[in-house]
Amino acid sequence: MSPLDVKLLRDLSRIRGQAIAILLVIAVGVLLQVMMSGLVASLTETRRAYYERNRLADVFAPVARAPDTVLSRLAALPGVARAEGRVVGAALVDIAGEAIPIQARALSLPDFGEAAFSAVYLTAGRMPDRTARDEILLLTAFARARGLAPGEVVRVTMNGARRTLRIAGLAEAPDLLFVGVPGEMMPDAARVAALWMRRSELAAAYDMQGAFNEAMLSLARGAREAQVIDAVDAVLEPWGGTGAYGRSDLVSDRFVSEEIDGLTTMSRAVPPLFLAVAASLLYIVVSRIVQSEREEIGQLKAFGYTDAEVGAHYFKLVLTIAVAGAALGCLLGVLAGRAMIPVYLTFYNFPFLVFRPDPAAFAIGAIASVAAASAGGLFVLRRVFALTPAEAMRPPAPSDFSKTLTLKGRLARLLDQPTRMVLRGIARQPWRTVALSAGVAGGMALASGMTTIYGSFERMMDLSFTVIDRSDATVTFTHPLARKAAYELARVPGVFAVEPVRDVPAVFRNRLNTHRGSVTGLIDPPELARAIGADLAPIPLPEAGIVLSRPLADILEIAPGETLTIEVREGRRPVLEVPVARVATSLIGAPAYMRLDALNRVLAEPGRISGARLRLDGARADAIYRALKDMPTVAGVSVARDARASLQKLMDQGAGSARYIMGAVAFIITFGIVYNAARIAHHERARDLASLRVIGFSRGEAGFVLLGELAVIVLAAIPVGSLAGYGLTFAIAAGFSSELYQIPAAFDPFSHGFAAAFVLGAALVSGWLVKRDMDRADLIAVLKSRD
Amino acid sequence: MALAFTVRNLGKVYGEGRSAVHALRGVSLDIPAGEIVVMLGASGSGKSTLLNILGGLDRASSGTVHFRDLCLTDLADRALTRYRRDNVGFVFQFYNLMPSLTALENVELITEIADKPMKAEEALAMVGLKERLDHFPSQLSGGEQQRVAIARAIAKQPEVLFCDEPTGALDSTTGRAVLTVLNAVNARFGTTVLMVTHAASIAGMAHRVIRLADGAISEVQVNKTRLAPEDIHW
Ligand SMILES: Nc1ncnc2c1ncn2[C@@H]1O[C@H](COP(=O)(O)OP(=O)(O)O)[C@@H](O)[C@H]1O
Ligand SMILES: [Mg+2]
Repeated sequence: MSPLDVKLLRDLSRIRGQAIAILLVIAVGVLLQVMMSGLVASLTETRRAYYERNRLADVFAPVARAPDTVLSRLAALPGVARAEGRVVGAALVDIAGEAIPIQARALSLPDFGEAAFSAVYLTAGRMPDRTARDEILLLTAFARARGLAPGEVVRVTMNGARRTLRIAGLAEAPDLLFVGVPGEMMPDAARVAALWMRRSELAAAYDMQGAFNEAMLSLARGAREAQVIDAVDAVLEPWGGTGAYGRSDLVSDRFVSEEIDGLTTMSRAVPPLFLAVAASLLYIVVSRIVQSEREEIGQLKAFGYTDAEVGAHYFKLVLTIAVAGAALGCLLGVLAGRAMIPVYLTFYNFPFLVFRPDPAAFAIGAIASVAAASAGGLFVLRRVFALTPAEAMRPPAPSDFSKTLTLKGRLARLLDQPTRMVLRGIARQPWRTVALSAGVAGGMALASGMTTIYGSFERMMDLSFTVIDRSDATVTFTHPLARKAAYELARVPGVFAVEPVRDVPAVFRNRLNTHRGSVTGLIDPPELARAIGADLAPIPLPEAGIVLSRPLADILEIAPGETLTIEVREGRRPVLEVPVARVATSLIGAPAYMRLDALNRVLAEPGRISGARLRLDGARADAIYRALKDMPTVAGVSVARDARASLQKLMDQGAGSARYIMGAVAFIITFGIVYNAARIAHHERARDLASLRVIGFSRGEAGFVLLGELAVIVLAAIPVGSLAGYGLTFAIAAGFSSELYQIPAAFDPFSHGFAAAFVLGAALVSGWLVKRDMDRADLIAVLKSRD
Repeated sequence: MALAFTVRNLGKVYGEGRSAVHALRGVSLDIPAGEIVVMLGASGSGKSTLLNILGGLDRASSGTVHFRDLCLTDLADRALTRYRRDNVGFVFQFYNLMPSLTALENVELITEIADKPMKAEEALAMVGLKERLDHFPSQLSGGEQQRVAIARAIAKQPEVLFCDEPTGALDSTTGRAVLTVLNAVNARFGTTVLMVTHAASIAGMAHRVIRLADGAISEVQVNKTRLAPEDIHW
């Protein structure tokens, strides 16, 4: 091995503490990059393959009841490649010991042959027998969550009739990648189900013999989706079509897309931030090493080493750290990505999902870290190369302190010598101090930003379930009923309060922006479910007009005062033009609120309600739910406590769980930065400190000079970092927010205090580590050493 | 006899304007190949500056320097590096060894890039350090470190050896050992040795003595008889 390489290895082992700290910072930056982009690639590719293999339809067209003959007309439409009808129904699954029946979607399987669209993926058992009248497939996730297996029976209510059905097999389907609990949208495998039956059986149960209530179509090559949708709507209009929609409006697909988009946003924003911090750190350290080797560089040049050879030597040092960091990061990134896969399998019904790291991510991570690292070294090397060997070898002239700080008069008398050394040391190299301080501020920003986000998740839950919606349960009717249905609910013993609501499915349009959602009619003033302003005060609902939630207003790009087009997808299906009155804060979903009577007036359906929110006596909850179950008009009950638990689970184990990895990474980086700052400050002053010791200062006093400088760096960094962290919070919150829930960004004093305490703690530990080395150092060796 | 260096009107100015320092003022000089040349002069008289320019470590402000036919003052950085690499060895007052390399590795640092080097072990044997190959600089005394530095400088078998106060940091016994080595190298390989010192008695071992004062040559003296390094005292 060449002597220069030997020198490299020995230098590396000499600075191993710092080298490892930088290596880790790079590694975690690359880890996030590899993990996030890998997840994006895996989810995107798996979804694409699943859709293709199991033939997800391009267009879905729900209809009240259309005879099978209409299908051929749909198939004949220009731009339609193929059309198939199926029967879809709402069902309730009774689980022994559960007061609340589980809401389920019942879907038809063709009597003969393969389904043209949404072919099921059998995970256990077999397909239902064509002749057995009571066999079903059950959604795998639900069966697993409830411990149900093929061969067992379940009690199901379909169209009001109770039946006992035998599970033939367990299955998944591409249009059920994401299944939300009706009325809540929360994914919760245990609280929402889907089942499949042979077409003729299901048609008999829902009065759909010879008819379908959902058409699925594929588009011909080159066909325009919007045109096909219009044509389909025209064909189905007489049969009670409620509006065809494309894949991107399929709830299941939309949520997966949201997830992928969120991950993509974060994978573009967060890892570069971490890599930038790593780069600046590496820059500081490498430039310091090169600076301190100025004389060695001069010598090498004197002996006839070329600039390129000397440069290569230091470049190798940088490269070793950067490549090792990037390699470790890639490895950890793949492991972390693999660890995240079960998370996605918990909330999305993928039949198969393998973490496939994105090769580009490896390359980007490695290149970015190496480039960042070399930039630091090269910048300083260039300055050293500009010197003649004679100049480089001459020890730098004693730093000129005469022009820095003149401490005179009263102030000077107050300051002892060590304090003056601290102040002069900082004043002599203000940029070094600023750079170190900026690094620590970056760490503080990451730490405070991430901690704030932890709090934001909690805050989102609290606001949603204690301020915005204060009900204990929500009852949904099978169809809109007269308002007196609410009074019936109120008569159930243990129900304290009943608040009627009317939810109407609708498509919102504002210029080119559309959103499929629903309008919620609330009584005036509502007590349980309310529209809340940014100040958390309830927003009074206007006489006419609609109050949109912030996410919906953002999707539609509409502001108060403008007029919104609402295409109602129920009943007479009127198209309404409604002024937007206010924008409300909302953290779950993207609701729109109107006054109940105003809504009914524009629908020309006075006095109708679609459900009610309840407050009830917790002790009698089970009896109440049993009573509700026996009411034929009740389609489903959703319990706030369960919804909250689902959301909590989603955020702790689902996509939100990435915040734990990011948080850990933020704190590792912060410590790495602070530790390096302490090391660098120490190297800069090692000789001064040893001289102090030699002339009789105690260890403590010498330590004070060192730690004093560190303290100044850290104390200056905290407010700056706190401010940057506040800004960062908004970016991270936006990344975590989805259509399902919004993570609010705010200044959280506790989080910033916590992060500041961590930075201070890291400074104390680093200071202690460095001081320990300093105390052990051989004074003579330090004084003799020329760096 | 062939000339190693031809110096004409050499000037060197550090800094600019009113704070400019004229370290060399029009130095002209011929140095024959194969001699030991000692430069004497008060501190600040310009000895190191002259040595550095001849060694290609620094650039002149005016005048010319030729190494045989090669005009050093015209060379670009790259060619100057080549010159140092191929032709010259340096020994400095403060030894300047790489602290993280052993004695042997410090010498190998040079043999690795030299054209026809001797073996590093052989160079160390010549300076009497055969037994200390694997010691780090911190484990060697000052005299030993300086001998490693000499081994490093001669290992590439340079035509010229530049020594800036090689004994400056050593006591006289240790210093004599270093001078003995330099003398032996000159005798054995015919290496031209340019040595800066402020100990006048060392001039006794030189073929030629150059005195500098205030950036100019005040006297050039050729010794009729030379002293052996062992007989020099300071
Ligand atoms: N880098 C420099 N910048 C400014 N002045 C210098 C520098 N190097 C040397 N000098 C000045 O040049 C003069 C000659 O220096 P030098 O050649 O080192 O003298 P010597 O080696 O004879 O003691 C001195 O006055 C010294 O102060
Ligand atoms: Mg000198």
